[in-house]
Amino acid sequence: MRTVLFLVQKEFLQVFRNKVMLPLLLVMPIFQTLLLSFAANYEVKNLALAVVDHDLSPMSRQLVSKFSASGYFQVKQASFAAKEADAAMAADEVDMILEIPPHFERDLVRDNRASVSLTANAINASKAGLGMGYALATVDAGRWIADDAAPSTVNRQPSTAFWYNPRLDYKTFMVPGILGTIVSLIICFLTALNIVREREVGTIEQLNVTPIQKWQFILGKLLPFWLLSLVMMTLGLGIGKLVFDIPMVGSLWLVFGYTALFTPCMLGLGFLISNFSETQQQAMFTAWFFMVIFIMMSGLFTPVESMPDWAQVLNKLNPVAYFVEFMRLVLLKGAGFQDIRYNFYTVLGYAVIANSLAVWTYRKRV
Amino acid sequence: MGLSKRLLPPGRFRAFVVKEFRHILRDRRTLLILFGMPVVQVLLFGFVLTNEINHAAIAVLDPSKDEESIGLTNRLVSSGYFRVEKHLESKADLEPAFRTGKIKMAVVFPPNFAQTLQEPTANSQQPTAPIQLIGDASDPNTATTLIQYASAIIAAYQQERAQKFIVHHSSFIIQAETRMRYNPEQKAVFNFVPGVMTLILMLVSAMMTSITIAREKEMGTMEVLLVSPLKPIQIILGKTTPYLVLSLVNAVVVVLLGIAVFGMPMRGSVLLLALECVLYMFVALSLGILISTRAKDQMTAMFMSALGLLMPTMLLSGFIFPRESMPGLLQVIGSAIPATWFNPVIKGIMIKGVGLEVLWKETLILGGMALVFLGLSMRNFKDRLS
Repeated sequence: MRTVLFLVQKEFLQVFRNKVMLPLLLVMPIFQTLLLSFAANYEVKNLALAVVDHDLSPMSRQLVSKFSASGYFQVKQASFAAKEADAAMAADEVDMILEIPPHFERDLVRDNRASVSLTANAINASKAGLGMGYALATVDAGRWIADDAAPSTVNRQPSTAFWYNPRLDYKTFMVPGILGTIVSLIICFLTALNIVREREVGTIEQLNVTPIQKWQFILGKLLPFWLLSLVMMTLGLGIGKLVFDIPMVGSLWLVFGYTALFTPCMLGLGFLISNFSETQQQAMFTAWFFMVIFIMMSGLFTPVESMPDWAQVLNKLNPVAYFVEFMRLVLLKGAGFQDIRYNFYTVLGYAVIANSLAVWTYRKRV
Repeated sequence: MGLSKRLLPPGRFRAFVVKEFRHILRDRRTLLILFGMPVVQVLLFGFVLTNEINHAAIAVLDPSKDEESIGLTNRLVSSGYFRVEKHLESKADLEPAFRTGKIKMAVVFPPNFAQTLQEPTANSQQPTAPIQLIGDASDPNTATTLIQYASAIIAAYQQERAQKFIVHHSSFIIQAETRMRYNPEQKAVFNFVPGVMTLILMLVSAMMTSITIAREKEMGTMEVLLVSPLKPIQIILGKTTPYLVLSLVNAVVVVLLGIAVFGMPMRGSVLLLALECVLYMFVALSLGILISTRAKDQMTAMFMSALGLLMPTMLLSGFIFPRESMPGLLQVIGSAIPATWFNPVIKGIMIKGVGLEVLWKETLILGGMALVFLGLSMRNFKDRLS
């Protein structure tokens, strides 16, 4: 065990000596959590709207003011020419166009119905879909015009409740997932690169000729990163609490316990990658390749349930997805061990398999 | 060979570029990943990443179990948006059902649901509770969408069932005709393909360049290059030329995938798109060189480009998250990122079919960035190395 401690000491010395790497390692989780949490928001606000009002009647103006009062739209341009609005959309100056035909008011008064046309720039389909939804709701809210007609008594709105996040704060949702992802990402990279680096620079030969056992070498390499992951988790949770006021409903012991167990998955994976890489460049790109897929499919950005079935099956192999799910369940909903035990056992199995494979494929070789 | 001779006259520089190409081509695995990554990313973004809701798991708490409540449940399921995962017995079951994370929404019917439907509140003696919809708002996006869908279905159902009980009131109806311009089928890839382009070109041009120069430093071979008769500018050009070629090939692959697999249009000029790509690559390459003058080893270079270039490109350029909803400071930072300006250029040329008459501003900004970063990195490179 003393040998392992010396190795750990050596690793820490190396980390502390590198004047660029150390601040990077400490600043990175903080910076990324902040950046991601503020940026990651699908909410659509301030859509630029061009209005082409051919009618210019009191009613059409009322409809337009309804749009500007909704909070989702900013009326950027008002003109009579549809062509101008089209050009503005082509130049990305407006996101949506509302066109009110001539005789809008006359039709409404005479036939009780009139039509308008809404055009969205749908290149970003999800943004356009949401914007169109808001616009339709706003037009439908145009029923105010007929407010004096008796309200229909049957059409009672269901009462709605938003549990676990009543203010619908997107950051509450993102921060726990982001924390899980960042810890996984950094640990996997560091492990993969660190071991290959010794091989590339040639110092691994010195380690190979010392009387260190295989297990001592591996433990000495992995322990520092394991500790680092717990430090990063603490930092991240601190920011989550202080800056974003994330509810931490569940047990923090569970969170740290799980992190301590999950980190070996990523350590093993990084170690495995390093066993099959000759240069840091190779290790980096292999790790990058897997991590991008893991993160994209983890449910951090888009719900796992919306993915096609084959992708959901593949996701059973994705360790990051388990971590993200765990963080959200425990921190936001207060799930206890009973609720997440399958997740826990899967990750345990993953850690054992990844590390066994890594140890098995590691050779003391040049 | 004739063409390559004309592009690169034989001599020291040519030999150097050939050496760099050999370096890259010899490492099969990195090469495979470099070409495999854009393909995988485009396919992932195209097929897997979607916010659409299909068959979301819901729980139903239905104490009345009458014709109407069962009818409404069936209506929810047949919409295709929902799938009943669990039937609950009491309100106490709600909390555990949510906590295991399986269900996204719960529908709670009042007792005697059929009765409440037939006797609107206005006429009944005591007010009855309406249907309750509880969303799992730990994912606010999904929760709001689900509740909106469910509310609409419930409203339609109630309207339909109640038609026979009330006299239809006349009110003004405004019909809206909607058009999804440029992307009528609302495919997510129309947004993702340009985004992946900005990311991949940045990855290959900036990250690879910074790492490959840092590698020479770390291994000590940079000294050898510097004492050779090659000028610093030739070293930089020789290092970056292969990656410029690689990036171009990658760009072609991504565009072809978008067109062939996902049916993206190519409405504008291919030549203009190619030129804009080269312009963007110059910006990315000069950023890569800038990083390599600062970083002493590969790991530092990698973390610096990942943190300083790739993350912002992905998150702040408007590729995944709309820029309009970000806080002001992030919007300002975002406008300093090349991808923010390159993204609309790709979309404009491919999807909208516009040319320089619309995209002149973006092009000018990219050109300015290229000049500034290239100048900075050249100066730094000389200071640090010679």
